[in-house]
Amino acid sequence: MDKNHQEILDSAEFKKLISTRWAVSLALATVMLSIYFGYLLLIAFNKPVLASMIGHNLTLAIPVGLGIIISAWLLTGVYVLWANDKYDGAVNEIKAKIRKN
Amino acid sequence: MILLDASTSSIGQTSFISIGMFLLFVGITMMITYWAAKKTKTTSEFYAAGRSITGFQNGLALAGDYMSAASFLGIAGMVALRGYDGLIYSIGFLVGWPIIMFLIAEPLRNLGKYTFADVVAFRLKQRPVRIAASIGSLSTISFYLIAQMVGAGGLISKIFALDYSIAVVIVGIVMSAYVLFGGMLATTWVQIIKAILLLSGASIIVLLTLSHFHFNPLELFSAAADQYGSEVLSPGSYISNPWDALSLGMALMLGTAGLPHILMRFYTVPDAKAARKSVFVATGFIGYFYILTFIIGFGAMVLVGKEVISAGGTDTSGNMAALMLAEATGGSAFLGFIAAVAFATILAVVAGLTLSGASTISHDLYVNVVKKGIANEAGEVKVAKTATIGLGILSIILGLLFKGQNVAFMVGLAFAIAASANFPALILSILWKKFTTRGAQISILTGTITSILLIILSPTVWKDLLGNEAAIFPLKNPALISLPLSFLAGIVTSLMYPELEAQEKFEKEKLRTYLGVGAE
Repeated sequence: MDKNHQEILDSAEFKKLISTRWAVSLALATVMLSIYFGYLLLIAFNKPVLASMIGHNLTLAIPVGLGIIISAWLLTGVYVLWANDKYDGAVNEIKAKIRKN
Repeated sequence: MILLDASTSSIGQTSFISIGMFLLFVGITMMITYWAAKKTKTTSEFYAAGRSITGFQNGLALAGDYMSAASFLGIAGMVALRGYDGLIYSIGFLVGWPIIMFLIAEPLRNLGKYTFADVVAFRLKQRPVRIAASIGSLSTISFYLIAQMVGAGGLISKIFALDYSIAVVIVGIVMSAYVLFGGMLATTWVQIIKAILLLSGASIIVLLTLSHFHFNPLELFSAAADQYGSEVLSPGSYISNPWDALSLGMALMLGTAGLPHILMRFYTVPDAKAARKSVFVATGFIGYFYILTFIIGFGAMVLVGKEVISAGGTDTSGNMAALMLAEATGGSAFLGFIAAVAFATILAVVAGLTLSGASTISHDLYVNVVKKGIANEAGEVKVAKTATIGLGILSIILGLLFKGQNVAFMVGLAFAIAASANFPALILSILWKKFTTRGAQISILTGTITSILLIILSPTVWKDLLGNEAAIFPLKNPALISLPLSFLAGIVTSLMYPELEAQEKFEKEKLRTYLGVGAE
């Protein structure tokens, strides 16, 4: 391990990169976990809510279920957008520094 | 509005169209395998397609790995017979993908080389961790493989009127050929072609079905409610015990992030950015696929009818629902096409499983345990190929051995082990500085052993399969107990026996984990 690498490891910039990365990831993971387990608990303890009709022969359960599928995909999209823009930007800056030294 | 006349159905008859379509698929994929074989010489080419797969291609291949015939036919059948409940089940399979994205994909790609054990063992003592990780890996793969082979034999004999044993042998031989000669490159392209075929086949069934309902899904739901009551449009009896639901949900959600053949795919792309993109693409396609199966299920319920699908109550799985709907809406030629797609799906999934099993045996066990990390390329590829032949033969034997057995619980078991043995070790290794060699070993073994033990004592096996009066363990899936137990065992052991060297390495490896500096 050369000195340059150690400097990067100790830099505030790098530490912030890691903590931001996990803050974003864990926040998104928590959203997904809450949606899914919330849905399961709702089914387990309050089926009538989901069985309520919101249109002619359309239950609330159908848009909710399909909504969860779409939300799972959108959440991965949010992460990709964030990572491509913010995370990769910061990574490239730090990498440029490694190369310069 | 019943369209299918069961007495004139050609399902289960030798159909020249379906056999022709299937032979065409095998022919094309064998040509791809021949092309791939010329490019598959080194270990990086055999295990990881030379890291030449793009993010989008890998996304399709991941979706292909995940969309098995069991999920296509099984979930459509479940919706057809039980209505909305099938959707609850499929959602469980989907929500693990965002978790892979947020917690696993990028560090896995940056830290590892060929298997997920690379990441678990990265800063720990190689041999003990590799042995433990192989146990977790190989048990996940074996149970998944048994379920797939037995399901394959049963389905193919039903669809093509082929003898069960012959079906199992054909599947075993063809999939071994893909892996043996073409390695990851051939396996990936087989997976991509199959994913495209399956997605387009399912889309066509949905279009044909909706053409009877003015292309309005709401009219389809209405027709189902008119025929079978509005209960089919909301959660039914599937979740009666909330603890059961939580346990299965946990296994499906976190197990996806611990499936060796899925994790292995992240090494086929050039970098972490492509890994990220592939999860986004895979999640989109898999989600779309589950929406299709939901509509196909309702289509079959209305256009084929529950009574015909369950064959007067003798078939409770409804596995044939999607095929019956294909015949009802598109005629016997279209049925032939969909049947061939189902067969192709089975082949591709078992090929992926076999490749990841062979990698575990050669890369983790042979190179890093037997040879202590020192082996030449040619020797390693040779071992991987020998392991492929061994696994091919083993899968045929297991398929024949478990003929006619109810092996559906084995998918749940595979997911439970993946969630309780592989996932905790992987995530602790990525996130927790104080994780140790002993902690990894104990955590993986605890997860594997408790999963297997509790499933034996569960209602599915102890009561239904072994014929005992009451189950000793009340839940159908063990994850609710085995997963926290595995985390606890790993954390407590690591705290009791600290490993300072591993903590130092954890700091140093951060440039690789987060910046990709020095990644393979």
